Amino acid sequence: MTQTATDSAAPAALRRRRKRAGRLHIVVFLAPAVLIYTIFSVYPLAESLRLSLYDGLEDGSAVWIGLGNYATLLFDPDWARQFWNAFSNNLVLFFVHMVVQNPLGLLLAALLSLAPRFGGAYRTLIFVPTLLSVVIVGFIWELILSPLWGVAETLLGAVGLAGLYQPWLGLESSALVTVSLISVWQYVGIPMMLIYAALIAIPDELIDAARVDGLSGFAIFWKVKLPLILPTLGIVAILTYIGNFTASFDLIYSIQGALGAPNFSTDVMGTLLFRTFFGQQLQLGDVHMGATVASMLFFIILVGVTIYLALVQRRLQRYEM
Amino acid sequence: MNTPVRTARARTSRLRRISGTASVHAVLLGYTLIAVFPVFLVMMNSFKDRRGIFGEPLSLPHAGTFSLEGYATVLSEGSFATYFGNSLIVTVASLFLILFLGAAAAHALAEYRFRFNALLKIYMIVGIMVPIRLGTVAILKLMVDLNLVNTLLALILVYTAQGLPVAVFILTEFMRTLSRDIKDCARIDGLSEYRIFLEVVLPLIRPVLATVAVFSMIPIWNDLWFPLILASSDATKTVTLGVQQFIGQFTVNWGAVLAALSIAILPVLGLYALFSRQLIAGITSGAVKG
Repeated sequence: MTQTATDSAAPAALRRRRKRAGRLHIVVFLAPAVLIYTIFSVYPLAESLRLSLYDGLEDGSAVWIGLGNYATLLFDPDWARQFWNAFSNNLVLFFVHMVVQNPLGLLLAALLSLAPRFGGAYRTLIFVPTLLSVVIVGFIWELILSPLWGVAETLLGAVGLAGLYQPWLGLESSALVTVSLISVWQYVGIPMMLIYAALIAIPDELIDAARVDGLSGFAIFWKVKLPLILPTLGIVAILTYIGNFTASFDLIYSIQGALGAPNFSTDVMGTLLFRTFFGQQLQLGDVHMGATVASMLFFIILVGVTIYLALVQRRLQRYEM
Repeated sequence: MNTPVRTARARTSRLRRISGTASVHAVLLGYTLIAVFPVFLVMMNSFKDRRGIFGEPLSLPHAGTFSLEGYATVLSEGSFATYFGNSLIVTVASLFLILFLGAAAAHALAEYRFRFNALLKIYMIVGIMVPIRLGTVAILKLMVDLNLVNTLLALILVYTAQGLPVAVFILTEFMRTLSRDIKDCARIDGLSEYRIFLEVVLPLIRPVLATVAVFSMIPIWNDLWFPLILASSDATKTVTLGVQQFIGQFTVNWGAVLAALSIAILPVLGLYALFSRQLIAGITSGAVKG
């Protein structure tokens, strides 16, 4: 009895004392994180959106032109060609990741979740490329696919396919898909891990119940496990979407340069932003157009996230228990 | 007491199980080779002379082809020790700030009731969905105004801002599950709110801090974008940028290129060998929570 009495009395007393002691500590705990985040992340983003509404003058001042820069980017023949080319290349990149990387990740995760022997070793080794810098991965594949070294050709020859070899990275028709597949090779570890974690979190009773009902192993995967991990597949999809529009810069810049060689066939929004902002060859750098490209990227990502939250997330909730 | 029919059925089901297991291993082993072979190939050839690299790229280095000239070129031409130092300073300092400031903010959001608590949490978390790179134009302007261009501090501040949203999100979720009793006991003992955070809460969340560290570390160490834009001077180059530019200059010297790649890969693989268990546990547990 006395125990419960003190238990209920103590928090009340504490609460009074805390109120007296002031709330300064809350500010001290929050301020550093909120300030750094606001100054170096939120403010620059807002400032970029603002800069995209101005045009620079010769004397260094800026003049408000409303959505003029967006009109230029979307309708000026020179800009529009670059923008739609980069945008559609990003869509191809996204598509390749969705049809190759994520299904491959799902397959590997499903096999790993059967808990085979050496499962830990497979998992650890398949994740190795994900840890490496994109720059390094890019160069590794540039060397391997190079006609100078001939390794790719030799390896294809070993399985009797030497005739298929082409300098894929150098050909306009195949460069983009090749770069996408290199990125798939590097990042397949992430969907594999996320899906694997979701699969092993499914309670055993559910699987047992399905087995008692007479479902085969494959049917259990298709009808029981897959619906349960749909939220994870949704997260994988939106992460792929965001990464595709921003992170693809590093790989393309390393392998193909800021011009998205050959002949802009691998140009993406990231390289377009870099080029617009800093200038390249005959084109001068332009802060305001750079901000406009960055803001377009922001809206593109916003659209993706909104669709994900509104549509996918709501539909997925029905499957949750 | 098995009837012949039952043993036969048992045998076929065992056979099917064995062939199923074999195909599982075939797929996993096959993909593991695809994942690891390119990395192995580069490291193997970095120990060969020019003739060995081009003449027999697929065989291990032997007495006739073994050579360290690539490494000699890299060590004499590039300042990789400086680049490594820079990457290390930037990564460790950013991680410290992300974890410490993130934990403090998460503690405040999870522990105290105050006005705008929920709003502030959403504000901090929105950054997960919006990549910081989109603010690059204004970040560079800001760094010029603050006189921080070509300093490591510029990178540290940007990476801290980039890592905080995920840190605050994961840590707040976890701190909500901590029992209040332990903190109230500490209050009865007369500990200040600061000491409660430092001496009671921080030790309790150490495993989650490791998860957050793993999530935040890889993109910082591997980033090319911000070092290229904010700190590309020779004294502030990180390894990723250093390797990128070194290889750009030495494209004809394959020995040097392969050696530079290997030098950049080795420490990552070494660290991975030491911490892969924690890293993978972190990713899987984080995924379950998220």
